[in-house]
Amino acid sequence: MFRKRPPPEEERRVRANDREYNEKFQYASNCIMTSKYNIITFLPVNLFEQFQEVANTYFLFLLILQLIPQISSLSWFTTIVPLALVLSITAVKDATDDYFRHKSDNQVNNRQSQVLIRGSLQNEKWMNVRVGDIIKLENNQFVAADLLLLSSTEPHGLCYIETAELDGETNMKVRQSVSVTSELGDPNNLATFDGEVVCEPPNNKLDRFCGTLYWRDSKYGLTNQNMLLRGCVLRNTEACYGLVIFAGPDTKLMQNSGRTKFKRTSIDRLMNTLVLWIFGFLVCMGVILAVGNAVWEREVGSLFQSYLPWDPPVDNFLFSAFLSFWSYVIILNTVVPISLYVSVEVIRLGHSYFINWDRQMFCSQFNTAAEARTTTLNEELGQVEYIFSDKTGTLTQNIMSFNKCSINGQAYGEVTDPLEPPPKRLDFTPFNPLADPDFCFYDDTLLESVKVGDLHTHEFFRLLSLCHTVMSEEKSEGELVYKAQSPDEGALVTAARNFGFVFRSRTPGTITITEMGRPVTYTLLAILDFNNIRKRMSVIVRNPEGRIRLYCKGADTLLFERLHPCNQELMNITSDHLNEYAADGLRTLALAYRDLSEEEWEAWSESHRCAGKATDCREDRLAAAYEQIEQDMMLLGATAIEDKLQEGVPETIAILSLANIKIWVLTGDKQETAVNIGYSCKMLTDDMTEVFIISGHTVQSVRQELRRARERMIEVSRGRDGGKEGGVEGWEGACYNGNGFGGGQAGATGGGGGGEKQLQCPPPPGTPPPPPPPSPPPPLPPLPPQPPSTLMDNISGEFALVINGHSLAHALEADMEAEFVLTACACKAVICCRVTPLQKALVVELIKKHKKAVTLAIGDGANDVSMIKSAHIGVGISGQEGIQAVLASDYSFSQFRFLQRLLLVHGRWSYLRMCRFLCYFFYKNFAFTMVHFWFGFFCGFSAQTVYDQYFITLYNIVYTSLPVLAMGIFDQDVPEQRSLEYPKLYEPGQLNLLFNKREFFICIAQGIYTSVVLFFVPYAVLSDATQSTGEPLADYQTFAVTTATALVIVVSVQIALDTGFWTVINHVFVWGSLGCYFTIMFAMHSQTLFIIFPNQFHFVGSAQSTLLQPVVWLTIALATVICIVPVLAFRFLKLDLKPQLSDTVRYTQLVRQKKRKPVGRSMGGVRGGVGSVSEGRLGARGSSRRSGYAFAHQEGFGELITSGKNMRLSSLALATFASRHSSSWIDTLRKKKHAHTHTPPSASGECSPAPSYVSGSVPPLSTSSSVLGGSQDTPVEEGTHTPPVQSAQVDPVPSTHTPPPSAPASEAACVDVVSPTSVRCPGGDSPGGWTLSLGMVQEALFGWKGIAARTSGSSSPGPPSVAKETSNTE
Amino acid sequence: MMASSYNAKDEDGHITVSGPGGGTLKNKKPDNTAFKQQRLPAWQPILTAGTVLPAFFIIGLIFIPIGIGLYVTSNNIKELEIDYTGVDMSSPCFNCSQNFSWNSTRPCTCTIPFYLEQAFESNVFMYYGLSNFYQNHRRYVKSRDDSQLNGDIEALLNPSKECEPYARNENKPIAPCGAIANSMFNDTLELFYIDPNGTKIQIPLMKKGIAWWTDKHVKFRNPGGNNPNLTAVFQGTTKPVNWRKPVYELDTDSENNGFINEDFIVWMRTAALPTFRKLYRIIQKKNSMIPTLPRGNYTLEVVYNYPVGSFEGRKRMILSTISWMGGKNPFLGIAYITVGSICFFLGVVLLIIHHKYGNRNNSADITN
Repeated sequence: MFRKRPPPEEERRVRANDREYNEKFQYASNCIMTSKYNIITFLPVNLFEQFQEVANTYFLFLLILQLIPQISSLSWFTTIVPLALVLSITAVKDATDDYFRHKSDNQVNNRQSQVLIRGSLQNEKWMNVRVGDIIKLENNQFVAADLLLLSSTEPHGLCYIETAELDGETNMKVRQSVSVTSELGDPNNLATFDGEVVCEPPNNKLDRFCGTLYWRDSKYGLTNQNMLLRGCVLRNTEACYGLVIFAGPDTKLMQNSGRTKFKRTSIDRLMNTLVLWIFGFLVCMGVILAVGNAVWEREVGSLFQSYLPWDPPVDNFLFSAFLSFWSYVIILNTVVPISLYVSVEVIRLGHSYFINWDRQMFCSQFNTAAEARTTTLNEELGQVEYIFSDKTGTLTQNIMSFNKCSINGQAYGEVTDPLEPPPKRLDFTPFNPLADPDFCFYDDTLLESVKVGDLHTHEFFRLLSLCHTVMSEEKSEGELVYKAQSPDEGALVTAARNFGFVFRSRTPGTITITEMGRPVTYTLLAILDFNNIRKRMSVIVRNPEGRIRLYCKGADTLLFERLHPCNQELMNITSDHLNEYAADGLRTLALAYRDLSEEEWEAWSESHRCAGKATDCREDRLAAAYEQIEQDMMLLGATAIEDKLQEGVPETIAILSLANIKIWVLTGDKQETAVNIGYSCKMLTDDMTEVFIISGHTVQSVRQELRRARERMIEVSRGRDGGKEGGVEGWEGACYNGNGFGGGQAGATGGGGGGEKQLQCPPPPGTPPPPPPPSPPPPLPPLPPQPPSTLMDNISGEFALVINGHSLAHALEADMEAEFVLTACACKAVICCRVTPLQKALVVELIKKHKKAVTLAIGDGANDVSMIKSAHIGVGISGQEGIQAVLASDYSFSQFRFLQRLLLVHGRWSYLRMCRFLCYFFYKNFAFTMVHFWFGFFCGFSAQTVYDQYFITLYNIVYTSLPVLAMGIFDQDVPEQRSLEYPKLYEPGQLNLLFNKREFFICIAQGIYTSVVLFFVPYAVLSDATQSTGEPLADYQTFAVTTATALVIVVSVQIALDTGFWTVINHVFVWGSLGCYFTIMFAMHSQTLFIIFPNQFHFVGSAQSTLLQPVVWLTIALATVICIVPVLAFRFLKLDLKPQLSDTVRYTQLVRQKKRKPVGRSMGGVRGGVGSVSEGRLGARGSSRRSGYAFAHQEGFGELITSGKNMRLSSLALATFASRHSSSWIDTLRKKKHAHTHTPPSASGECSPAPSYVSGSVPPLSTSSSVLGGSQDTPVEEGTHTPPVQSAQVDPVPSTHTPPPSAPASEAACVDVVSPTSVRCPGGDSPGGWTLSLGMVQEALFGWKGIAARTSGSSSPGPPSVAKETSNTE
Repeated sequence: MMASSYNAKDEDGHITVSGPGGGTLKNKKPDNTAFKQQRLPAWQPILTAGTVLPAFFIIGLIFIPIGIGLYVTSNNIKELEIDYTGVDMSSPCFNCSQNFSWNSTRPCTCTIPFYLEQAFESNVFMYYGLSNFYQNHRRYVKSRDDSQLNGDIEALLNPSKECEPYARNENKPIAPCGAIANSMFNDTLELFYIDPNGTKIQIPLMKKGIAWWTDKHVKFRNPGGNNPNLTAVFQGTTKPVNWRKPVYELDTDSENNGFINEDFIVWMRTAALPTFRKLYRIIQKKNSMIPTLPRGNYTLEVVYNYPVGSFEGRKRMILSTISWMGGKNPFLGIAYITVGSICFFLGVVLLIIHHKYGNRNNSADITN
């Protein structure tokens, strides 16, 4: 930790096998140290760190003050006991944390790796690996440091790696060594290798490396293609050798892992500010009292010296005032008691445990429960405004399954009736012994069609088995394993395999498949490889009969342009199918073939060869050549692959966005994939007004695109403002008078904002043409960069932004930031694709910087670590392969859908509890402490305390801590189901309504009021009162006991008022605290203790004599009533006149409980509404069609195959093929998955049995019940099912197509009801019917007035009831 | 310098089951207990009109009668207060207050006549009251040694330093030490009834039973156990500076001498406020027929030892009867009546507000 950092490196020079030479540069070793302390340094360092906390230092300072007798107004133990407690608790926690860090460091540092030392391979610990060493890696081993690949057992120095831990991409990547070194081969040669590498200094760019190898007087350029980075896993390669370039902390992985940041919640920050204010207040009080002291000592004290002389060091009133100031600082310090911090920690810990214990966030599939890894952020979960989500593994399962297909105009794969029990999975084995047993398909008509021998179907699957770049391995006869470069391809080839067209093996020039049990070998003439522009790939094969055919699969849009004109009709049908698939969020591909004559082939092959040999513009020429042959094709059909979403993703996103949370997806994937997933999880919908795609490569173009997007938004929303007809789309017809709406809800943007705006300016019904009155002046000239942010905040309509990684890089530049934020935040959904891990973090930082909003990042892979760390809250998806994200995260669970529960239930409660806790805590301490202030005026400002010092010590620790802790831990305002039902309940957290400076001042004022009452009522009563035996009651001890008792009772009554959820524990704590107070007081005032320590317990007998007096009790009762009655009246008025949503919900709940009547309508309505959100996806068919060709595909594999480079020599000989490599990577992957996840591998395209998904019991996209989580109200359940049924009845048109397996009939029905309108107006201007229903749901939840009129005309069954309910709720 | 939080162990990408030997996959599903699932049965009170408004009325209805009762009781208590500081020229004690010196050996006496307009029926309590006397000053309050007062020999000879500067005098420990003891009130008050026929009858004043039981029997004890010879016990100590006689000569009654002298104990129980009264004597009712203090002329004879002029203090003598709730205390009754009325009034106002503007009715309909 204290290692001196060498000056920053300019460049790095590494000489292989030469430790002495490399030593000179003092490169970091491969030892990783993440721990902070060791045994000796622990105590000083830890204490040092702890005393950096202002609070701790402050209390230490107080402690020192208390040791000065002239100042000390309290005994030292009143401070040291709590301080020691706090320090030791923290120290123990830190020590434990560090211990585990030590342990994990040790484990990693002691891992073995084989290092080539002096010509022989030796086992060395990772930590002893030095820069310049050559190490040997074996299959499935982790790369120990950043290596330059020297040679590998594979031909051509190739090796395969999986970089999931690094960038989250699970597909394999190829690395190749420089040719000169790849020839070195075995260790003996390598030992003599003495090349020197000169390269860039350590950095965090994962995709870039630049260096030069100098060896034998030649120079060889090195790129990232030659590097194996730490964190990667070697796959499918027997062994390889690498030269260590960067080690330990210099590796790209470590450089990317970022620094630990101590996360604080916004409440924390507010609390710190407030504490500072309170200190200021404390000083003010101290000064006032000190001045008072000065005056008093001069006017009275100096005369009173005959009875009370000044202390020896005090010789004048000024000095006395100075001392008095410090004395008052000591006794008034309880306004910020140290127990505040401890209590806050305890409450957070409690909340964390509740998260850990939540069964509804437990995933039985992975056997993982949710875990709050950081215990200090819980209440911030209730304030989240932005969620940044990773895609792969977070939103999706990264499993592709062949779901549907359309062959020659006939659609297959749709399950007809979702209400019937799901049909049985097809059993392929009797028909095809080579079938993959894990493959699922449900539609037997397709299998029939294959069996019958339908030519089109056969050709369809033949294409799938031929046109791909998959490699196969056959370990034993019939046991095929496919190595697909992208899971999509794997899924397709596996599908073909199961339907009888089994891809067996390939050589550079042939492909062997088993067609319906008959082996056929095709000659592979050419592979027309995939790239991003072409979005298709083709193969040209010659079948055994000698016919040449081109098979092509690719994006429909591109493919349809190249079809033979006679396909028009089929194209239309297929196109319809494709639209359906796309609307279901499936990845689609169109398939086509073309027969080539020998002449055509010859001619083309010549031109192709030329193009291939061209030195300049080779790419372009090749593309042109490809283009030339891929013409006049015959359409075969289309496939639909499902990129399986995690369970409940669309519902979660719907609910979260209803809660006014904005979701951004940041993914390393390609734009197409990302957009596709955006659609399938309902972030993007076809109803969206516009989806802007930013993909400029230069600063200017990005800026322009951003501006254009913004102009467009303003234009559109202005257009809407004008052209709205009453009601129908009114909710979106936002007005610009955003500043006008009050109610503390200003600033709400997005959908919720839309709802509210509506209430401010309802479109005048019956008068269609005139725009709403407050609309802005008509068109301004195209806006220069001046759109005021308020304008942008009130953009209406649903926009989405998709931005590419390279554009994002520009957008994140300093001068573009603001522009980007402005545009992006006006959009409902933002998708950033192709982003690097660091960019993810930058995006998060950007929002943190420009918006005062709480951000949450959720991800599963190592590539998300930086983002997880930089967001206010990081959530890791656990239970999957990687664990790095989890380790960097603050919360972890295994399903994205748990996020709604984490935020809307736990977060909301935490926030609520914390706020209530803080309010009460400040209140009770002000009430307690300020009494001293008032007393100061009557005791000569001498810093005499009102209470017994034991009372002061114990007040915060014992007498009042537990009830408020119980409230802070257990309180609930509304039951958990309700907070999922009414996502709007989440809003107070985002707007910071429950605890802010205003609330704080109210608490303080209440506390001060209480202190006034608590001092002056006893003062007025007791000054003249006497006991019934005649002794006056006005003695100090009686006064102290009376005030203290009144205080304890008042704050107990107050906590009783504040507690909204009285569990047994609350009862025990509240009553227990009161009991405790009396018990302890009597004990302290008992004779026994006095006899032992007469000098410590002055109050002997006070409790008995005081509390036996009726006057004392009358005084206490009076003070309590005076303190509580105004509070009660105010609260009642607030509740009665301006109830919050939570109050209403709570009240409704109460009434419901009382009546016990089956009332499901409110929930039914909401549910129906939410349901329609998810149904909306099937609604308007826009013009967008999303083709999913080989999304995770990489360019260049075709070349590898045809060159034969990636084929082992032996594998060309089919005979030996199967026997080689008992453990291929797929095998291990499978093992691993089985061991950990029980899910079959994705790459092989098997169907994953995500249980509920397949069984159809909870179709994730459909029923609203899954949206709202398991509610236990029976009436609720009734309500749930009504809307779909009704909508089914409404359906006038029998569906032409059968609904998808995951969607119930009702959805499809709804589609038919609505689609006509929406199809008719595909333009961006009209959002279509489903926007309407979505809007109404939002309104129902957000808006409070004036809805019924508009919704009454709606045909949708859900919303009207919502509307009724809502208007009732007002 | 900053520790990176990258945790290297987890490069594996494996979920390592934490803890050695924890290889088996046990079900980690959290327990389904009401506590852990936050489903504890709970009472969820809400401030509704149905609960708040009755509460206001009830408070009002309870407080007003109590207040009236208290007020009446307090009014029935008879109290007489005589300021004998002697600030005015006309005051009989003027001379004494002006000519005070600590060293004078001859006590100054003054006589204050007064007329009792109403007879005091039951036991009458006689108080002395001081004003502007800061018995609650921090340095004053702590300037005592409870060990010493509790009869601890060690502390007797080595008073705590809290007593400074009244811990030692002329190298001898002061007993009792400290500023409180040093400033003990030492006026002597005597009450005479002037018979209608002119005879001066001294009214017997009880000087025992005026201190708290715990003070007398627990907190204050003479050193040396039950040794009746206090002079010997206090050997080696010296009297407080302001005192005229040592502590063992406060009274002749051995039960009321030394530290357990009740006047001393009463003084040592410091007052909470700068204006206070302390019980001085009790005039016991002799028989039920004659009032304790019949109506008529009285004189108060004061041996004026205690100077308060220097700090503008005042001295009073108070005579008072007592009820079940103690002495005269009009504030409590009035406060109760006021608060009760306000509650009642608030209840009415809130009721009206609730009926006119309340939101509850609507939302209650949610369920219908």
